[in-house]
Amino acid sequence: MSDGLSPFQPDSAGRPMHSPLHFSPEAPAGQMLEDASEREGGLDRRRRERRGPGVPACDGSAAARGLFPREDAGVDAGVHLRRDPPVQLCAVDLKKNYQKGPVVIPVLRGVSLSVREGEMLAIVGKSGSGKSTLLHLLATLDAPDAGEIYFDGQRVDHLAGLERDALRNRYLGMIFQFYHLLPELTTLENVLMPLMIGENVWGYVRRRRQLRQTAAGLLEMVGLGHRLRHRPRELSGGEMQRAAIARALVGSPRILLADEPTGNLDFASGREILELLHRLNAERKLTIVMVTHDPSIAEQADRTIRLVEGQLEPGAGPARL
Amino acid sequence: MYKLLLSWRYLRTRYIALASIVSVTLGVATMIVVNSVMHGFTTEMRNRIHGILSDVVFESRTIDGFRDAQWHMDRISQIAGNEIAAMTPTVVVPAMLNFEVGDQWITKPVQLIGIDPETQGKVSDFGHYLQHPANRETLSFELRERGYDTYDHQAGPNSRPRKQMAFAGMGYRRRMAESRRFLAAMTAPPGQASAPKAGAGEGASIPPADPFAGVNLADPFSQKKSEEGEAADSGYEQHTGLVMGIALGSFPQQIGKKKDGTPEYEDVFMVLPGDDVKLTFPTAGMPPQAASGLFTIVDFYESKMSEYDSSFMFMPIRKLQEMRGMIDPTTQVAMVNSIQIKLKPGVDGSALRDKLQAEFHPELYVVSTWQDKQSALLAAVQMETAILNILLFLIIAVAGFGILAIFFMIVVEKTRDIGILKSLGASGWGVMGIFLAYGLALGLLGSGVGMGLGLWLVAQINWIADVLGRITGRPVFDPEIYYFYKIPAIVDPFTVTWIVCGAVAIAVLASVLPAIRAARMHPVEALRYE
Repeated sequence: MSDGLSPFQPDSAGRPMHSPLHFSPEAPAGQMLEDASEREGGLDRRRRERRGPGVPACDGSAAARGLFPREDAGVDAGVHLRRDPPVQLCAVDLKKNYQKGPVVIPVLRGVSLSVREGEMLAIVGKSGSGKSTLLHLLATLDAPDAGEIYFDGQRVDHLAGLERDALRNRYLGMIFQFYHLLPELTTLENVLMPLMIGENVWGYVRRRRQLRQTAAGLLEMVGLGHRLRHRPRELSGGEMQRAAIARALVGSPRILLADEPTGNLDFASGREILELLHRLNAERKLTIVMVTHDPSIAEQADRTIRLVEGQLEPGAGPARL
Repeated sequence: MYKLLLSWRYLRTRYIALASIVSVTLGVATMIVVNSVMHGFTTEMRNRIHGILSDVVFESRTIDGFRDAQWHMDRISQIAGNEIAAMTPTVVVPAMLNFEVGDQWITKPVQLIGIDPETQGKVSDFGHYLQHPANRETLSFELRERGYDTYDHQAGPNSRPRKQMAFAGMGYRRRMAESRRFLAAMTAPPGQASAPKAGAGEGASIPPADPFAGVNLADPFSQKKSEEGEAADSGYEQHTGLVMGIALGSFPQQIGKKKDGTPEYEDVFMVLPGDDVKLTFPTAGMPPQAASGLFTIVDFYESKMSEYDSSFMFMPIRKLQEMRGMIDPTTQVAMVNSIQIKLKPGVDGSALRDKLQAEFHPELYVVSTWQDKQSALLAAVQMETAILNILLFLIIAVAGFGILAIFFMIVVEKTRDIGILKSLGASGWGVMGIFLAYGLALGLLGSGVGMGLGLWLVAQINWIADVLGRITGRPVFDPEIYYFYKIPAIVDPFTVTWIVCGAVAIAVLASVLPAIRAARMHPVEALRYE
């Protein structure tokens, strides 16, 4: 069962951890696995360190190959270099094929990108260009056929199932075009769901008041404080998406992955959602990767990359508003 | 936690799944009822058989038996004295019973058992089955004046009435003798009215003529008769006492209908305590000859085992030995053909049987426990219970496949939710856990309700049988057949636990496959599912 596990625990096969997620300068990896409190300590330390400069963004080889945009190539390169936050999520040469009977359909044909901490990145492209697949790969919901994905400088695409589940639960938040709330649960319970998944029964029961407060606070923040006990079908589309955002945020993720977050909403609701995302990006310094087919939405992102037939559009360099 | 929450929510919102466990509920309820009733029947039957038979029976292979019961009992005591609570010698012979009802003679084959009134009650519940309260205390082969139960004392005052029993006893016997004498006087030719013929028997004056009247009876009997003298023959004194199986002398008769429409019966007695009957049985020795005699019924024996109630007759062992010529005229040492042994509590009857059989040559002696005596019947009931259980458990298993199918449906319906959960970080195990917990919850609910229903049905079994009988117009439980007035049901907590656990296990097992399917579902495929 993964719910009680953190990504720092060895997988079920007892394989020793070599993933950088478990890296701590003070303690060797094996020792870090010993107990939970120390694990948390290691996490804090790692977070502190990450804020400092000089943390490797992606792995060396990828950087050497120059596969992700280097913003220090700009005019004010020197200033920028020091100011630039570290790269948080980075994909190197991702390839993904889908098999339909005997026909192999290439969806991604070698996509490389990097997302810096606190950045709002929009991935645009026509339907079928592979942008959703890219997002799913970044969210570790699916494994690439080739290529590597790094989160906080450590490779995540080949993690074992339980570790990937824990990574999604703790560090990634996802929102979808169709909100994907669970219809049986109230809004509050939907928001609580990642916390319930992350905690075991006893831990949840012990901390339920605190966790409920967290969830209710987030719903308050997204403007649904009066809708805690409502079922998703009693909410409007915008409200559902805001609840979904609250759910994505409840585990204090490092990065929010949004798949067409406004695709199913009317203009006004869509704008509200976008404003909310902007606010989160600005106030919480939340990294947001957003997939959309709407250029007007993409414009509002810090940077936009365009996918054409499974590849980044040539010349679509880093765009900054 | 989310597993519990979600399975709880699914339980409350997916009524189709509830429908699928109705069969679990019914299966569990039926199994509990069937097992309780079968258990009740078996227990009741075993109690009765055990009450009639002693724990261990030591018999000779021949009907003439073995000499000197006391020597045998001493020998048995030597072998296993510390395991034996009591012993009594008996003589068992097949016999033919004749009695007169109205103007016809009824003949029935019976098992005549000579018992020692002193010790018989110590080895079995013999006394418990008698109809006179005083006889239940201490058995006596003397006819009581009156006071026989007018209802079945084992079933209580609300059972079938036995009005005739109010007359039974010595007083009845005297009145009957008076009326016969009067009738004889009325029908006899003038001049002979006041002189009853010696040796003619009381039936002689009533047509058709007593077929036994002219028979030259076997020696012991005729001697006996002349010793007893005219008084017994005339009906004022009793012959040798006889306890008769109640079904031999009575039958139930419908006397109307109760308010609820079920037929109401009363027991009609063809003979009563105080009446005389004739018994014919073989004497000892070769070739056996027929010994015959008149006996007075002093009580009825009602064990509720129809097999016994319609064949057993008990008389004093000494008298039977005398009549069969089983007493050595010089030494006065009598022969018996069986010894009833009652064990101390907790003693293993089979072990004792083997121990005794090893000492007594099996060509001459048979040692058997009461279970051996009724092994065929007990085994049949056991077999019946086992087969019923297998069938009913198959019903629950079928219900399991229903759950399997509906769970697959629910998993398909919940495909997107599974994708969402996985995208939120739920593991395959976690998703599997939701459906296993759901299956467990369904199983617990289904078998819990089934258990409640089953226990309620057991508690109300007789009322339900009545209602069903009224609806179908045919009594579900006919006391005439079973000799119990109500359905005996005993709930065995162990069995109930097993049934419930089995049903829950089936529900969980049925949810394993759908749960595995859910766990293996690819999150991206699941999210794309519409």
